[in-house]
Amino acid sequence: MRALVIDDSRAIRMILGQILKALKFEVFNAGHGLEALEVLKETGPLDLALVDWNMPEMNGYEFVCEVRKDDKYKDMRLMMVTTETEMSQVVKALEAGANEYVMKPFTKEMIVEKLTIMGLSVE
Amino acid sequence: MAINPADFEHISKVVKEESAIVLEKGKEYLVESRLMPLVHQEKLETLENLVKQLKAKPKGELHDAVIEAMTTNETSFFRDIHPFETLKKEIIPNLIEKRKDKKELNIWCGASSSGQECYSLAMILRNEFPVLNSWKIYFAASDISNQMLNRCRSGIYSQLEINRGLPAPLMVKFFNRLGTEWQVKEELRKMIQFRITNLSEKWPYMPALDLIMMRNVLIYFDVDMKKDILGRVRKILKPDGFLFLGAAETTLNLDENFERMPYKQSGCYRLKQG
Repeated sequence: MRALVIDDSRAIRMILGQILKALKFEVFNAGHGLEALEVLKETGPLDLALVDWNMPEMNGYEFVCEVRKDDKYKDMRLMMVTTETEMSQVVKALEAGANEYVMKPFTKEMIVEKLTIMGLSVE
Repeated sequence: MAINPADFEHISKVVKEESAIVLEKGKEYLVESRLMPLVHQEKLETLENLVKQLKAKPKGELHDAVIEAMTTNETSFFRDIHPFETLKKEIIPNLIEKRKDKKELNIWCGASSSGQECYSLAMILRNEFPVLNSWKIYFAASDISNQMLNRCRSGIYSQLEINRGLPAPLMVKFFNRLGTEWQVKEELRKMIQFRITNLSEKWPYMPALDLIMMRNVLIYFDVDMKKDILGRVRKILKPDGFLFLGAAETTLNLDENFERMPYKQSGCYRLKQG
């Protein structure tokens, strides 16, 4: 399986990347939404994207909206991984087409449980 | 801080007397990790001091706090996922079909801990089976720990807990934000009756049950107590009802009246038919 980690923090990209690699994902990285869209042009649809909310250039919410406009990404699971913890933000992300939502700080167990919820076989 | 063998033995004895939970050798880490927060909280500095205090005052508040700490378990919403998938796809539809004339369903979560399991089940009932809204649902959840039952009743969870296993759409539907924490909405909280129950002692009155959740609790008891508990489950479960045990638990060699259902990693049992 292939995943894209989108976060402006290199440390968070590294931590999430390590978790996903341990789960046998091939991992791609982007520092913001625009860069992520560029990566997707190269890779085509992936199985999963982990998406931070607050990033320069294009934020995670805008990225989710953009991706969901294009039918070829309809099966790609999008999970917000963010410090935004207001219920209204969670609702906004889900309505835009995010499949799941994790509030930072996160643990490996949380990520694994959420991937399972989204039907990604990581056991 | 390592616990010495004599102190471990004493804690094991106290815990077994009060809860019938068996702490075998090799579980020293569990005692250390559960009791060190209490050592700090009580400013006792060492586990050795805690055991000394326990011996000096065998039935005091510290004794109760030790039992609380040793009998509560880590859990998450929809823990292990497969049992809940089986409930959603197989068991609840099966029970709805069988009980459609009486429109009654009786459920018991036998070791509710901090409540994630019973609230996960309540969310499935409410979210997936609106037909049940007009049914009479008896839904009891019990635990040996008063502290845990109070947590269950409040339905309040930290952000870390809410991140564990709970699908975001269900969080949005069934929780309210409460400062930095999250609270289960009243419609779910009032579905469940929480009551204190020591599984190794007399159980409170319950009607004949359609569904019993008793996951990851038998592992703490010795063989005789496991047999005793399963025997009582057999009496209180309807002949066509279902029992869920933890994935690492079994009725095999304990009670031959149960048969395992062929659902993936669900720990689902029923009484042998015919």
